[in-house]
Amino acid sequence: MRAYSAELRPPPEIVRWMVWPAVVFTVLFFVMPLIVMACVSFWDRQGSFMAGSWTVQNYVKFFTRDYLLTALVNSIEVTLITTIVSVLLAYPFAYVLAFQVPARWQKIILLIAVLPFWTSYVVRSYSWLLIVSDNGFLNRVLMGLGLISEPLKIAYTRSATILGFVHFFVMLLTLTIYANLAQISPSYIKAAQDLGASWLTVIRRIILPLSVPGVAVGAFLTFVITIGDYVTPQILGGNTEVLVPQAIMLQIVRTADFPMASVMSLVLMVLVVGVYLIFQRYLTMSRL
Amino acid sequence: MGKLSTHSLVWAFVAVMLAFIYLPVVVLVLFSFQSGDLPVPPLDGPSLRWYQRAFANDRLTNSLWNSLLVGGLSAAAATLLGFLSAYGMFRRKPAAATAIRLLLIAPLMVSYLIIGVGLLIVFNTAGLGRSLFAVGIGHVVINLPLCYAIIYSQFGDHLCNIDNAAHDLGAGDLTTLHRVIAPVMLPAIIAAFCLSFTLSWDEFIISLLLSRFDVTLPVMTFELMRAGLTPEVNAAGTIVFAISFAMALVAAMATIFRPRRSR
Repeated sequence: MRAYSAELRPPPEIVRWMVWPAVVFTVLFFVMPLIVMACVSFWDRQGSFMAGSWTVQNYVKFFTRDYLLTALVNSIEVTLITTIVSVLLAYPFAYVLAFQVPARWQKIILLIAVLPFWTSYVVRSYSWLLIVSDNGFLNRVLMGLGLISEPLKIAYTRSATILGFVHFFVMLLTLTIYANLAQISPSYIKAAQDLGASWLTVIRRIILPLSVPGVAVGAFLTFVITIGDYVTPQILGGNTEVLVPQAIMLQIVRTADFPMASVMSLVLMVLVVGVYLIFQRYLTMSRL
Repeated sequence: MGKLSTHSLVWAFVAVMLAFIYLPVVVLVLFSFQSGDLPVPPLDGPSLRWYQRAFANDRLTNSLWNSLLVGGLSAAAATLLGFLSAYGMFRRKPAAATAIRLLLIAPLMVSYLIIGVGLLIVFNTAGLGRSLFAVGIGHVVINLPLCYAIIYSQFGDHLCNIDNAAHDLGAGDLTTLHRVIAPVMLPAIIAAFCLSFTLSWDEFIISLLLSRFDVTLPVMTFELMRAGLTPEVNAAGTIVFAISFAMALVAAMATIFRPRRSR
């Protein structure tokens, strides 16, 4: 929270009014669609027509049909694996940047490391497909070196989806964890060492506990974005297994089943809100 | 462990991580200059054959213009709404403003897919249907919270004093806004605009859901991709990457190297 100086004059009418266009816009195009979606999720759909009555059948269907529930389970599995692998890769990287790399190089390497973050996600997934497809970059190189005789089957599997996700979130998590590690006062570390702590103890007792918020913010963002992403599983995972976003798109494109698409969207939202509540105490949104 | 070996180990690790991060970008750009028919090794070229092919593809160039149009207009709208709301909020007591602040940043918590599905249902129900305009609305929804947050975070106490000074010297509210506040906030405004443009430029799922015939470049790239891997997609992808990269760089410059305030 910012400090407000005492002599701050009260905002005149016209300035107070300036917040309203954004508020009206957000209510009209963000809040209202969510409310409409919640209503639609209770619509009774008979064949391809709306019967004009209310029902909870859509929710019952979602939780009893195997193929719909499987999508949810797949999504949660892929998201959890992605989050864990990304943290395990990004943490050592951020740690090395913050504590081992000379100060003048830290910011430059960090900037270089997050630049590909700005590649479009469609293009990024496509690039990974070029690398892991059967006759792609990786298999050609490995076979050229004589390391493998048969191409590795990576494209259109869950591994490819996770690879594409991990690549993206390693950049994001390196950023949030580094920002956190860089804030740890060196005097804590000096004090611990003066008191006889080994470097491993310093890591375990000081650096790890103090870096929890950075990991939490990054892991939360990873979870939220991964579970709602359609592009990466669609391009890299193919149709071998369906995740919730793909299932939602199938409802819309194939059968125009908006009630079911709404049910699944709301389930995703509830999931994200649940995870937010778990992470809440580590997420400092007050600057916003 | 000796000092030297730790040192080389650290740099080796950094190099491996950077190689992993850059691998897809390098493969994408490198094989956009392929002269053969497949974007895989061996690389024969360099050739601009696939760039010529991409620029000769009307559907691709149309989608490029659509993307520039939607990106420019939606970023401008999001930045304007974000700036006005940040200024309106800046002078309010925090307690009264909490509800509004939460409302304004709430869209950050919701997946683009869900925002897209919601808007699709609303536009369908209202009989407006899918269009490039609908895509633009969707992009303002996702970018407004970021513009608001970026610009609001740059409203500091020094602005209170400048604002008061302008007022004491007889400037009206609107004069203060456009002669004093807006110029001081220009770096944040530029950063917000560039970031919004980049996110709109790269955005796929909302564009896929809400556009009909006038698709944007990411949607077009996705459709080209379905036909299989060709260096034409690499060329298109490289162009997409170059533009988002340039915009992100401008945004970074505007925030990192902003002119020092005189004391």
